[in-house]
Amino acid sequence: MRKRIDFREWLAARPVRIGDGAMGTMLLDAGLLPGACPESWNLDGPDAVAAVIRAYVEAGAEAVETNTFGGSPQKLGAYDLASRCAEVNRRGAEIACQVAGSQALVLGSMGPTGQLLRPLGDLAEADALDGFRTQAEALAQGGVDALCVETMTDLQEAMLAVRAAVTTGLPVVATMTFEKTRRGFYTIMGVPVARAATGLEEAGVCAMGANCGAGPDTMVELLEAWRAVTTLPLVVQPNAGLPRLLEGRVHYPEDPESFAAYLPRLVEAGASLVGGCCGTTPGHICVLVRKAGEMAARCQ
Amino acid sequence: MKQFEDIREALIEGRDEDVPSLVSQALDAGHPPATILSQGLIAAMEVVGERFRCHDYFLPDVLMSARAMHAGLDCLQPHLAEAEIRTRGTVIIGTVQGDLHDIGKNLVGIMLQGAGFEVIDLGHDVSPEAFVEAVRRHSAGIVGMSALLTTTMPAMARVIASLKAAGLDQVKTVIGGAPVSEAFAREIGADGYGYDAARAVDLVKGFVVP
Repeated sequence: MRKRIDFREWLAARPVRIGDGAMGTMLLDAGLLPGACPESWNLDGPDAVAAVIRAYVEAGAEAVETNTFGGSPQKLGAYDLASRCAEVNRRGAEIACQVAGSQALVLGSMGPTGQLLRPLGDLAEADALDGFRTQAEALAQGGVDALCVETMTDLQEAMLAVRAAVTTGLPVVATMTFEKTRRGFYTIMGVPVARAATGLEEAGVCAMGANCGAGPDTMVELLEAWRAVTTLPLVVQPNAGLPRLLEGRVHYPEDPESFAAYLPRLVEAGASLVGGCCGTTPGHICVLVRKAGEMAARCQ
Repeated sequence: MKQFEDIREALIEGRDEDVPSLVSQALDAGHPPATILSQGLIAAMEVVGERFRCHDYFLPDVLMSARAMHAGLDCLQPHLAEAEIRTRGTVIIGTVQGDLHDIGKNLVGIMLQGAGFEVIDLGHDVSPEAFVEAVRRHSAGIVGMSALLTTTMPAMARVIASLKAAGLDQVKTVIGGAPVSEAFAREIGADGYGYDAARAVDLVKGFVVP
């Protein structure tokens, strides 16, 4: 049995920790069909999931995430897999823990339900909370070191997910997705950074920040907005810029070198854990790890 | 006109319980249903669209206003004579094949309806063939496509190719969604890129000659 890593100590031990990159796009490269359920591969294609995580560990990622982003019963319901929520998440955690061993910390990924809470939509608060609890408990059983609520835009939903995650007793990280407006950063649901920080802290996170929706340049600015409103450690996972289509394939402008070149600015702006979201690959993580090593050497 | 002002205010504030009674009052006062539609409901949704564009309004505000607009429309519909339901045109919308995300697409549908278009929503995971079939069946001049996933963006190019192959070159195409950009729209030969729902509606308006 793998020994759990203490997330808070782990995070505090270095100026910056490097996480992993995208999962979904890597699974598509491995043959997942667009529109199919990525999380179903925890049951039907565990070797492919393990291979992606292994590629990140070998690239030097100090933390990896489970393939359970869409693992809430509501999201799995779109593929008739709601009843297998616990199994999908537990297996997802086991696969990641087995690959990570003692080399990397494992974060249990928890994404949005994809539904709107009442009164805007049909999802009842109690059902969302129950669903997140099922997911979080299964991830904890599967051995993850901490839980990571991510890509949230609705603060109420994010807080429900964090509360559910906190009941496992594991440390909880949360990230939300923002866009830059002329009045500062807001999520599409209208949540400004300051309100996100207050709500997430109240719900019990031990670190928080932003992922997706922006490249590393915008993320520097976004981190500064976070730093102004909280003293908790900050987490950031930028996209590799904004995607374009070249010769029929989706292409991200930031290559590993140009992406990783932002690391010193991200750390200066307050990031304690830096990973990648859409369009990032083991190549991006490999250069990030090298840069982080150079920064640490300079500090000594 | 005070009565239209009240309808607009209730709709802009998303008071869906107030809009139907205000619409009924306006009907009782003898205002033509088509005028209530254009000067009340549609005018108000234009303000909502503008506020969304300026980030004064966010998704929850727009959804509440949309609900109020639908409540008003339900009340107005039986009174609109056949001749008065002339729309600005028919728009086919859908989230492209392989993509199950439809919050953004639904929002565009609501705003298009608010702007007076007839909207045929094909839902999510829509194949290129289904887009072509719907364009033919409804004699639509405009197609709106949405994608949230970078992995499903290429499906937009396939829809445009299928329309061309079917001889429907004159159909205008608008694309939108988080990973999509102006440059991407140009690359795949789309006629427009809706950065957000309000801009998508502006583009569609621009395609129809008043």
